[in-house]
Amino acid sequence: MSDHTWGFRTRALHAGARPDPTTGARAVPIFQTSSYVFEDTDDAADLFALQKYGMIYSRLGNPTVSAFEERMASLDGALGAVAASSGHAAEFLAVTALAEAGDHIVSSSHLYGGTITMFSNTLARFGIETTFVDPTDVDGFAAAIRPETKLLFTETVGNPSGAIADIAALADVAHSNGLPLAIDSTFSTPALCRPVEWGADIVVHSATKFIGGHGTSLGGVVCEAGTFDWGSGRFPNMTEPVPTYNDLRWWDNFGEYSYLTKVRNDHLRDIGSTLAPMHAWLFLQGLETLDYRMAGHVANAQAVAAWLHEDSRVAWVNYAGLPSSPHHDLSNKYLPAGPGAVFTFGLNGGREAGSSFIESLELISHLANVGDAKTLILHPASTTHSQLSDEQMAAGSVTPDMVRISVGLEDLDDILYDLDHALETTHA
Amino acid sequence: MPEHEPIPGWEPPSAGERKRILDETRSIAIVGASSNPARASNFVATYLRSSSADYVVYLVNPRETEILGQPVYPSLQDLPEVPDMVDVFRRSEDLPPIAHDAVEIGAKSFWAQLGLWSNEAAQIASSAGLDVVMDRCTKIEHARFAGGLHLAGFDTGVISSRR
Ligand SMILES: Cc1ncc(COP(=O)(O)O)c(C=O)c1O
Repeated sequence: MSDHTWGFRTRALHAGARPDPTTGARAVPIFQTSSYVFEDTDDAADLFALQKYGMIYSRLGNPTVSAFEERMASLDGALGAVAASSGHAAEFLAVTALAEAGDHIVSSSHLYGGTITMFSNTLARFGIETTFVDPTDVDGFAAAIRPETKLLFTETVGNPSGAIADIAALADVAHSNGLPLAIDSTFSTPALCRPVEWGADIVVHSATKFIGGHGTSLGGVVCEAGTFDWGSGRFPNMTEPVPTYNDLRWWDNFGEYSYLTKVRNDHLRDIGSTLAPMHAWLFLQGLETLDYRMAGHVANAQAVAAWLHEDSRVAWVNYAGLPSSPHHDLSNKYLPAGPGAVFTFGLNGGREAGSSFIESLELISHLANVGDAKTLILHPASTTHSQLSDEQMAAGSVTPDMVRISVGLEDLDDILYDLDHALETTHA
Repeated sequence: MPEHEPIPGWEPPSAGERKRILDETRSIAIVGASSNPARASNFVATYLRSSSADYVVYLVNPRETEILGQPVYPSLQDLPEVPDMVDVFRRSEDLPPIAHDAVEIGAKSFWAQLGLWSNEAAQIASSAGLDVVMDRCTKIEHARFAGGLHLAGFDTGVISSRR
């Protein structure tokens, strides 16, 4: 094995995917199997006791899924990864591996609406309380920390507010309080930002978006840096004996590997939100071209944002790539290649103009997703964020006139043509 | 891995060097072996003896006589053969005399497990020509190169177009 350091694009094609040793298959095979034959009874016992690595049952691991996990870990600069059946499943695994009834988390209020609902509804029902704070106010995170707090949570690029997390400052606040920083980096992907390099401990992605890249499959992943001290006493479930595994202790037995080993063998085992091998394979295909696609997405998004910004029919544009954005400086620091391809704008004429505009588009698709190769559009107040209260919507900077666009890889002229035509129809 | 002060005359071995050390090893003496199945030493010994790794493993602990159905030896000097590697599960303060013993019996490598670090032990062993690895787990490093770590979703750093 050479000690050469391989580049991002090389790892996007090769990490986690040596040729199959049995057949020589160069592409990662889709291991469409639920379970794996043991060598003998000793082998089975060692595998079940975690004394040996290997496959038992696809809820816990599958070779196609492993290839995706290792590739994500490599690209994110993380120690390892555990894949999940959706971005939501990844968030749930990441958070609830640490927090349980009576615990508390501090989270940005500018999250994807579904994540806010998971925290404020389902986690609350399980006895985990969340304090939501303005993500641009680093001191606000610090002030909300309590003795029972287990982690800080934010998004690299807020959905849909576009706020950019000051990752290094938040990591400092977290670490000086003995806590990990968990970050949802769905909108930026490892191609644009690697939060681990700025001190984040846990990075989750909805692979459904740019990682898959073609709007075909749901999936998610939890990556972890492997540098956090889980042995401080603040995380008893990392240091106390685990009865289902012969009383081993995650931190004592697995050290830096303990968090992900627990997420997989304790948490994913019990919750069962496993990624299917077919989807892992589609995400591997997506990752192969991730860097090129993200460059194309960002170039088109920057041009579309600048074009809308100049247009008198448009009231405002909120894209951190524009110098007018309050998030521009943080974007230059953490996302020097560009802050992704999802942003918001508002039309003169407010909510009614917004709906008429969306209904006049011919090329751009009206649907509830982002990160497809195709350009997508949505009115958050009536869709993704419609289940939030007015206060939650205001705290997440969602306004009634807001339109969210996920700029795709079509010819720029055609995206601009469609936008222009729909604006014309709306304002005729 | 946490940051450590540099040690004059010794560099932590790179991934390629760790693979070479493990490839050149056939027998491993586990110093500080425990009979408690939840302890890392017991856990790692089980892995190193399993069909995944298939090393000859000798267990060393003056306070035990039998672990995992195997005899336990009071010291490195009492083993029936010279082990290729001395793999230590003790406290960092205890490492230097064990490094001396490893040199004295003629082991080829001195390995201190996760969380263990001793400048003195590293200098003793490396100046006598032994390969030295510290603050790493033999189970994890073996699994990194043998594919186990890959199956568990960890980044092995292995990029290869060979079968
Ligand atoms: C930022 C962010 N995180 C998480 C999710 C949830 O991902 P999934 O839909 O794959 O469960 C989404 C989905 O829109 C998202 O935009």
